[in-house]
Amino acid sequence: MKSLRNYIDKIKPQFKKGGKFEKLHSTFDAFETFLFVPDKVTYKGAHIRDAIDMKRTMSVVVFALLPALLFGMFNAGYLYHLSIGETASLWKNLLYGATEIMPIVAVSYITGLAIEFIFAQYRGHEVNEGFLVSGMLIPLILPVSIPLWMVAVSTAFAVVLGKEAFGGTGMNIFNPALLARAFVFFAYPASMSGDKVWVNGLLEKAPIDGFSGATPLGLAMTGQINNIPDMHTLFFGFFPGSIGETSKLAILIGAVILIITGIGSLRIMLSALAGGLAMGFIFNLLAPAFAPIPENQILINYFSISPIMHLLMGGFLFGIVFMATDPVSASQTNTGKIIYGFLVGIFSVMIRVFNPAYPEGVMLAILLMNTFAPLIDHYVVQANISKRLKRINITK
Amino acid sequence: MEKNKEIKEKEPIFSKQNVDIIKKALSRNNPVTVQVLGICSSLAVTVQMKPALVMALSVMIVTGFSNLIISLMRNTIPQVIRIIVQLVVIAALVIIVDQLLKAYVYDVSKKLSVFVGLIITNCILMGRLEAFAMANKPLPSFIDGLSNGMGYGILLLIVAFFRELLGSGKLFGAQVIPQSFYDAGYANNGMMILPPMALITIGIIIWIQRSKNRELIEK
Repeated sequence: MKSLRNYIDKIKPQFKKGGKFEKLHSTFDAFETFLFVPDKVTYKGAHIRDAIDMKRTMSVVVFALLPALLFGMFNAGYLYHLSIGETASLWKNLLYGATEIMPIVAVSYITGLAIEFIFAQYRGHEVNEGFLVSGMLIPLILPVSIPLWMVAVSTAFAVVLGKEAFGGTGMNIFNPALLARAFVFFAYPASMSGDKVWVNGLLEKAPIDGFSGATPLGLAMTGQINNIPDMHTLFFGFFPGSIGETSKLAILIGAVILIITGIGSLRIMLSALAGGLAMGFIFNLLAPAFAPIPENQILINYFSISPIMHLLMGGFLFGIVFMATDPVSASQTNTGKIIYGFLVGIFSVMIRVFNPAYPEGVMLAILLMNTFAPLIDHYVVQANISKRLKRINITK
Repeated sequence: MEKNKEIKEKEPIFSKQNVDIIKKALSRNNPVTVQVLGICSSLAVTVQMKPALVMALSVMIVTGFSNLIISLMRNTIPQVIRIIVQLVVIAALVIIVDQLLKAYVYDVSKKLSVFVGLIITNCILMGRLEAFAMANKPLPSFIDGLSNGMGYGILLLIVAFFRELLGSGKLFGAQVIPQSFYDAGYANNGMMILPPMALITIGIIIWIQRSKNRELIEK
């Protein structure tokens, strides 16, 4: 460690103004602050800097994502071997998943960071660290069979138009990772929906009898409610889906890490849970209102799924833990966070039930609420102002 | 008066002022990227090159001639009813264009559907009439109209180029991206066919234009 520090200090002057590699200052700065906590202190006014800087914050989120990533790797191998009728050991499954998933992670990071470095260098900013998380989130919300070039194109789209166009990290309106997913979803629907993309190998070759690559949401949408795995399987995550979204246990471990370190907002997570449950419950109540004719049967079945099932199916939990809580695109005020989270929950379940063309409602719900987050904040602040103004009038 | 007119007619078509009008309409004051007019139709007709080209030509003809006609009549139009007079001229021209399209390129005219008719409400037309033709002589007005139509048309074609190439792998309806690409795993970008991507494409063009030409950036 010490020698690394010494080496960095030795080459540092070359990157300062007037040095040999002045142009590469942003790049150098990025690596230096990535390796060591910067020793920057405020030199003017009485501002207190937090003990951890943004790179460290982002690392915690990446750390919290690791359980989901590891389980995703295992699940990819497990489902693949299941689909060809073999049973494999834990390590074999994990290794198979790793060889499939690590390239996706690598492509996402390389594309995203390359663009970030180019823009930072060009604009003379320091390289922003927001992409450390986005680069990990993007692979986790894609299907395992996604072609690598699509990962690169969607990442580039999300970083250039979702972030750089608005001014870089901290300025984006939408969550970049979700933007990447939405891009693939709308641009290449064949690689992103249906029941063949979620397990590797199904596109090329039919699986053995009795194996289905359909996700729980896909099953619910087509009315095969009885084929949805039981809650136990849904909780532990042994079913087809996007890489990181299946295991609720792994996501909850990540959620606990985020909550303990104070990085993820508990308010948003809980209110989104409440919103999802509430909407599921309302649908339960509305289910008998449909005429019991065959045309309505799929919808009636979907309406009467228990609210808990809604939380366990698809990427709902992953979305509200890792993406709705994005500190940039979510609401900032405490009351705002509750409203924002609640609406995310409501819309997730509503979109998924009402519009079978978009089975994954949580993606669209979060993107929709990202647009409204500043508006919510605005009204929360205004309400506070008018409340306090009233108090002044009373004392007069 | 008579004498003045003679001097005007002797003015060369590509005088410095007129060239300036053309340049302005194409870049610095482009109707789509700078004035942000005519966005609706540029989202709707840019899925393929062919309709975009026909639309571009139609708009060019209508802007050019409506500017010319209004400029010829500008001293006789009473101020209070000028908008309705302008509309009558535009509507007449649009209907002529529409009928011509139906007669000679029926398939394209079907694709353009209502958007040819909607040229009447295209803000570029009213904008040019109000801002230019009402106050300028016929020749510069005609040039202004044509070049504004061209500025709109060029943008339409750029957007349509990317949308048709990336969205369906074709240009002017002919397959451009070879089958071997598709066999290797390439896929058409379905989002390019949807209107949002046209808006994003225009956004990128605006972004590039403004980063090259800093004076366009609003404070």
